[in-house]
Amino acid sequence: MNWQGILVYAENYSGSINRASFELLGKARELIPKVGGDVYATVVTNKESVERHSKELVAFGADKVIVYTVEEMLLPNPVVHRVALINAISYAKPRLVLVPATPWGRSIAPRVAAAIGTGITADCLDVYIDENGDVVQVRPAFTGNIIAHIKTLTNPVMATVRPGVFPLPQPRYDRKGEVIVRDVSVPNADSVKVLGVSKKKAVKLSEAEVIVAIGRGVKSKEDVKLFEELAKALKAQLACSRPLVDMGWMERDRQVGFSGSIVKPKLYIALGISGAPQHIAGMKDSKYIIAVNIDQSAPIVKYSDLVVIGDIYDIAKKLLHALKSSQF
Amino acid sequence: MDIVVLIKPTPDITKVKFDVEKGVVDRSSATLEINPFDLYAIEVAKRIKRLFGGTITSISMAPPHAEPALRDAIARGVDRAILLSDKRFAGADTLATSYTLAAAIRKLGHFDIILCGEKSVDGDTAHVGPEVAEFLGIPHISFVTRITSISRDTIVVEADFGDAYYEVELRLPALVALSRPVIFKEEFVEPSMPRVSDVLRAKRARVEVWNADALSDVANASRFGLAGSPTRVVKAYYALEKGRNARVVRGDEGVAAILNALRELGVVL
Ligand SMILES: Cc1cc2nc3c(=O)[nH]c(=O)nc-3n(C[C@H](O)[C@H](O)[C@H](O)COP(=O)(O)OP(=O)(O)OC[C@H]3O[C@@H](n4cnc5c(N)ncnc54)[C@H](O)[C@@H]3O)c2cc1C
Repeated sequence: MNWQGILVYAENYSGSINRASFELLGKARELIPKVGGDVYATVVTNKESVERHSKELVAFGADKVIVYTVEEMLLPNPVVHRVALINAISYAKPRLVLVPATPWGRSIAPRVAAAIGTGITADCLDVYIDENGDVVQVRPAFTGNIIAHIKTLTNPVMATVRPGVFPLPQPRYDRKGEVIVRDVSVPNADSVKVLGVSKKKAVKLSEAEVIVAIGRGVKSKEDVKLFEELAKALKAQLACSRPLVDMGWMERDRQVGFSGSIVKPKLYIALGISGAPQHIAGMKDSKYIIAVNIDQSAPIVKYSDLVVIGDIYDIAKKLLHALKSSQF
Repeated sequence: MDIVVLIKPTPDITKVKFDVEKGVVDRSSATLEINPFDLYAIEVAKRIKRLFGGTITSISMAPPHAEPALRDAIARGVDRAILLSDKRFAGADTLATSYTLAAAIRKLGHFDIILCGEKSVDGDTAHVGPEVAEFLGIPHISFVTRITSISRDTIVVEADFGDAYYEVELRLPALVALSRPVIFKEEFVEPSMPRVSDVLRAKRARVEVWNADALSDVANASRFGLAGSPTRVVKAYYALEKGRNARVVRGDEGVAAILNALRELGVVL
């Protein structure tokens, strides 16, 4: 039996599996009746974590888990993951391979696609099976201006999928699954040496529920404090448009947009941000968007649910005042 | 050092017009310029050349009217610009594009390092760098935010893996895909406008055009263009057309409206 089933690459370079991998297992379970075969997960892990990780992957929806064990030191080595994923594909012969579209996934998956000579679609927002039984991948292009539906003529179909687009399934630890431990030899693993974590992320905006984002409407670095305070009062993460990173006022991890983080919070408050297409690409899928701007003709107005025409300093101070007063 | 820079000529996406009905891009509505992310690759290439000497060769696969973008690359410091242009290259997806670029690099002969931007503003995939590296059988690293050190045999970089930034050492030759902002050793790399004298020099410079036949000894022509592309766009539409119907309020009424929304969304009690 060839090219049946769905293989999910479980991203694990740090010792814990990225939650986006579980989201993909949820999607795989939803698609599998139309695809046929089993839901596979594959993971690279150290010996001590084989059982814990297999159990997790089965609980989130895998029928079969293909495990590759490595020394702790090699866990974050992309060369090892590349070889493991190629091996898992040749073992499972799946119809569809899903990989989280994290920086890690977008670095490994295309290499694997090129190695096996198949097509790959990047950063998908959805995957569905059409009336002909074909896998269709939905992805943005042109900095988010265009949405394209894409089919792949070769097997397996490979796609990286944006984290957070599919819900996290409820894990069921009573689910039964098979664990297959496989070995691979990795020639040239030393062509890439991962020396260690050099810097932690200041924040993971993609997981934030509420975001207060500031733009060039902020006049100086000192003024950032006021908006930091507002974010704190709303238990929100502070984010920004690109110019504030370029000026060195904010860390790059806080930039929203095409060259920053793609976010999808429950609430996005844009203060003094004009809404350039590169910014919109990063936040337009937020559930509720509030914009504060002095200019009613700013493009952000079109993408917002509530627009307040006014000065961001004035509005921020009044909001803070109201939030602090007994009313709340 | 022999340095290769991959440059994609792309339309300025703030100027390009979209056919909202058909969901296609009107490619004639904006001229092609260097993909903004690739500008960082050129800047880093110049810094490496300053340290070790050598040449910077840029390779682009694009239609003939991309030539001004390549002249811009020369004005910015590229020594030799090669444009892969042929009807047989048209319709390529990332796999066929990477295959073709890799073939051209093989044709060049020796190289020490390949630099490119993390992704392009039109394709948005970030897949071409890794795929080129795979076709050439060399290591690569994507989403690089810092070049920490470089010697003739190795490069040490800081790269974004997603959860954290990692320090990674690669054996050369290797491919490095750069994010922005990017730091070279201690210095923030910012692309600067080329000098007028360089622009004039670039006007007279030669842009080499290679067609599919030029690659016949290093590649299989059936893997070029649409024929070599396993993916097909079956439907496309404009994503930004439908805005939201914002309620617009002013001043203090705005503060009240925000507070109301905060309460309704459960952000405050
Ligand atoms: C390849 C590429 C990638 C990019 N990636 C990103 C990205 O990931 N993220 C990103 O954000 N940008 C990105 N950009 C930059 C983008 O094009 C814009 O330049 C940027 O988003 C503008 O930021 P802004 O809205 O803060 O500033 P501006 O466009 O200057 O807007 C400032 C806004 O603040 C308003 N304002 C000013 N003062 C006040 C006040 N006192 N009260 C209320 N309103 C006020 C103004 O009316 C204006 O609307 C990218 C650009 C390129 C070329």
